[in-house]
Amino acid sequence: MELLCPAGNLASLKIALNAGADAVYLGLKDDTNARSFAGLNFTPKKLQQAVEYTKRCGKKVFLTINTFPKPGEESRWYQAIDLAAASGVDALIMADISLLDYAHSRYPHLPLHLSVQASATNLGALTLYKEAFNIERAVLPRVLSMKQVRDLSKVTPVDLEVFAFGSLCIMAEGRCHLSSYVTGQSPNTGGSCSPAKHVRWQEDGGSRLTWLNDVLIDKSGVDEQMGYPVVCKGRYTTDENSNASHILEAPTSLNTLSLLPELAKANVVSLKIEGRQRSPAYVEQVTRVWRTAIDSYLSSPEKYQTQQEWNVALAKVSEGQTTTLGAYERTWQ
Amino acid sequence: MKTSLGPLQYCWSKEKVNQFYQQVAESSIPVVYLGETVCSRRRQLKFADYLALAHMLRESGKEVILSTLALLEAPSEYTELKKQVSNGEFIIEANDMGAVQAAKELGLPFVCGPTINNYNLATLKKLHQWGMQRFVMPIELSKSWLNHVIEAEVTATGAPLPFEIEVFAHGYIPLAHSARCFTAKQQNLPKDNCQTVCLSHAKGLLAQTQDQQPLLRLNGIQTQSASQIDLSSEIAQMKQMGVNYFRVSPSSLKSVALAESILTSKPKTEPLTCNGYWHQTAGLVHI
Repeated sequence: MELLCPAGNLASLKIALNAGADAVYLGLKDDTNARSFAGLNFTPKKLQQAVEYTKRCGKKVFLTINTFPKPGEESRWYQAIDLAAASGVDALIMADISLLDYAHSRYPHLPLHLSVQASATNLGALTLYKEAFNIERAVLPRVLSMKQVRDLSKVTPVDLEVFAFGSLCIMAEGRCHLSSYVTGQSPNTGGSCSPAKHVRWQEDGGSRLTWLNDVLIDKSGVDEQMGYPVVCKGRYTTDENSNASHILEAPTSLNTLSLLPELAKANVVSLKIEGRQRSPAYVEQVTRVWRTAIDSYLSSPEKYQTQQEWNVALAKVSEGQTTTLGAYERTWQ
Repeated sequence: MKTSLGPLQYCWSKEKVNQFYQQVAESSIPVVYLGETVCSRRRQLKFADYLALAHMLRESGKEVILSTLALLEAPSEYTELKKQVSNGEFIIEANDMGAVQAAKELGLPFVCGPTINNYNLATLKKLHQWGMQRFVMPIELSKSWLNHVIEAEVTATGAPLPFEIEVFAHGYIPLAHSARCFTAKQQNLPKDNCQTVCLSHAKGLLAQTQDQQPLLRLNGIQTQSASQIDLSSEIAQMKQMGVNYFRVSPSSLKSVALAESILTSKPKTEPLTCNGYWHQTAGLVHI
């Protein structure tokens, strides 16, 4: 069972590998990936250094090219694939059909992982991508219950990777337009959800107002712990309830430490830690806890128990300092 | 350009659905999509009921397409989907790649709905190769995007696109789908015992920001826009570009009359409309 950790830059990559990651994933410094934030990601030169460092450690590095090429600008995405193939990354993580086609036809030996942005949740979708592009692995959207992951694992034609920890997307990924509805930019088109340039905070008496492209998505106390402002975690009123509340989801992080044995039994090959946009300190903390947990499980599966100190350590770096099992647990749904 | 009527996205009683499609049958609307696209827990109408409606509409002279679920989670949903695809009479609107696979396996033609990620010409051509005859432009894309795709094909082959173009042009926009049922959550009901509470929200449940700006519409596991997209002022432009179908997404019995007349007479201006996506900006904007 692989521990797959995020690397927003070379410092995070080294920290993740030193703290026990089996593999790291990263993106180029442009809008070919869905974490296109200023000050983040890798130039071609840094990518080369990342690949060399990872190989020296005997670990793996995956390049994320998971946005959707715009008409007339496809060459930027194709060049990213060419660069990845030349640099010796261990796999590409992609969602767009034209890119999967390009990579599969030109670099048939370069393993392809289906990005969560492809939103493949069922046997039919996985079979399609396997037959057409020989994908090796798929990252499951955060919409399946544990039972549904188990059911899919019995029939899937490809390896399965799941999100184990980090910020919680509550919508089927790759098909969520909440960000573009409010800002004009989405992960698919602009390379990020809720782009920072559209976020504005304002203090108003005892309240803090959170604006996203001049839409008031939250109003909180000034001392409240807030997550990164996204539409799905705002507070709104409804026709039936005039008290504003988190009608979709509150700021919280996914934490599946307690599901580790079940995920292992379902033959999930890789546990993904979300957070390329987070600090090296976050990467170190989360990687260490998960390394310890996985090793503890592997050394004696039947005795595995989530340790309180692991959860405490993870809660400290979680959104809103709370965690959830998300869709894995039916009651959340 | 023809008008098409998109699938009903809300949970209505069987009587109301039947009444709605009776009106559609008597209307001049030429193309009708129908079927459950949002939630498999909605069982007011079973697939056999939709098939019966499809027959009735076809006998009234309509082109009928069966729409399928946008988000598949349980193995039983994929089994049901394959049954729908292999109905033997009507083509389907695929709203998930699982449906594309089911149609492709059987060598059947299909329409790609708005939740299939068709973001560039090469992807569209691949789907066409797999059997796509028509696609509904993904909802966050624009006039400029569509022009690029049309022109790129002309440049490459000297011919128009080898498949038809449909634009989601009027109605509440489906923005996202989740494992969570937001309507049930509002009522403190677990999804597994939701009591089909969405039946009581014929147009979804409106959500507003704390400064009273209507923002979203909760429709079970689907989140919609609070504003209706209205591209009726773009009709001439769309015809010129070669758009084949102007989709009206219904939200009430009145949608039938609106769909009947929209290509010939501009609907009266309603509050809360938007067209930002078409103009390559934030979807909620009205330009």
